[in-house]
Amino acid sequence: MKKTPIELNVNGQTRTVLVEPRELLIHTLREQLELTGPHVGCETSHCGACTVEIDGRSVKSCTLFAVQAAGAEITTVEGLASPDALHVLQTSFREHHGLQCGYCTPGMITRAHRLLQENPNPTEEDVRFGLAGNLCRCTGYQNIVKSVLAAAEELNTQKEAAQA
Amino acid sequence: MIPAAFEYHRPSDIAAALSILTEYGDDARVIAGGHSLVPMMKLRMAEVPHLIDLQDIGTLRGIDVGADRIRIGAMTTQHDLINHDALTNAAPTIRETALQIADPQVRYMGTIGGNVANGDPGNDMPALMQCLDATFYLTGPNGERTVSAREFYFAAYATDREDDEILTAIEFAHPMPGFAYEKQKRKIGDYATAAAAVLIQRDGERCTGASIAMTNLSDTPVFAEDAAATLVGTAVDSAAIAAAIEAMQQAIDPSEDNRGPVPFKRHIAGVVLQRAIERAWSRA
Repeated sequence: MKKTPIELNVNGQTRTVLVEPRELLIHTLREQLELTGPHVGCETSHCGACTVEIDGRSVKSCTLFAVQAAGAEITTVEGLASPDALHVLQTSFREHHGLQCGYCTPGMITRAHRLLQENPNPTEEDVRFGLAGNLCRCTGYQNIVKSVLAAAEELNTQKEAAQA
Repeated sequence: MIPAAFEYHRPSDIAAALSILTEYGDDARVIAGGHSLVPMMKLRMAEVPHLIDLQDIGTLRGIDVGADRIRIGAMTTQHDLINHDALTNAAPTIRETALQIADPQVRYMGTIGGNVANGDPGNDMPALMQCLDATFYLTGPNGERTVSAREFYFAAYATDREDDEILTAIEFAHPMPGFAYEKQKRKIGDYATAAAAVLIQRDGERCTGASIAMTNLSDTPVFAEDAAATLVGTAVDSAAIAAAIEAMQQAIDPSEDNRGPVPFKRHIAGVVLQRAIERAWSRA
């Protein structure tokens, strides 16, 4: 099948890639754009390791063809912060042991980022329900929930300080 | 997992989508949120030589809460349903049901139209649509027609929709005030082992109207008309609920699979219906 050029807006940059219609977005991100934050986990829309943000929605990028995302704004975990200045969520996961092997972490953080945009003051239940599409086989989730709640508090403190 | 090759179409209006459907016939299929279809294509259980993406057709999106009827465009996502205040005020059962579908990521993409049109007995919205007595709008080369949700489902993945038709919207009257969608599943994100949609109207201690439909207990959703009828005129006490469950058991036809053997499914069907009736009654 013929490849067609599409434009993807990824982490604030417009990138043109050649794709077959059947190419899944996760493969375009990882193999063509070399954004290896989103991981290939289960490949069956369950685990959430491939989660990215598309036009303000958390999406499993293994369940979307790249052509469907043409023209959309995409944010991967690489777009949230830089290695020199981590995002509050990343610092919080480090401090609260929100990861062990780290495989699910980019998906967890990308999803948690959107969750906190929509609900800046989540309860523990909100966090658990909001992260229900992301599986972790190491932590038992307790420290992930702790990390997200602590990040929410920190982000709110920063916001208040900025307004003061 | 790489699906078979296909050609991708992204029409910007219904007429263009229909003309592609007509041109390619059985070789073409529309994609809404794609969270049932893409996994099937990846498993190569579905092969779609021409994929028609409906995302640019704005007229397929939106929620209109009118004075008498509520209309929802087929491309409206579960996430949009959950966050629409006017819809939640008018028909809170939609939000309660949508929140029990899959997981957050899937709800951002999955649409109500895809959920009802796919014909998967595991989907939650078909039973709710039967409970609400919803009407589906279908558009094809010969124009628009409507079909009742209660008449739409023939068997698993077999519905009244013709191959060259697109389901464009659903519509229903403002529902009875008492509502519940009770779903038993093995884990979060799963399809139902059994689920019950219940609507109830009450006048003092007497039930004056009821509607019941069940999910994943046959190869179609099950509109349990007799079960609802047993509740009307009663005080919805334990005897009335037991009679409704007995009538529901006559209507369902579960089969054994990895969610359990038939007697277990019948047991769970009774449990979810009892809980749904009690909750709907308490809210009526």
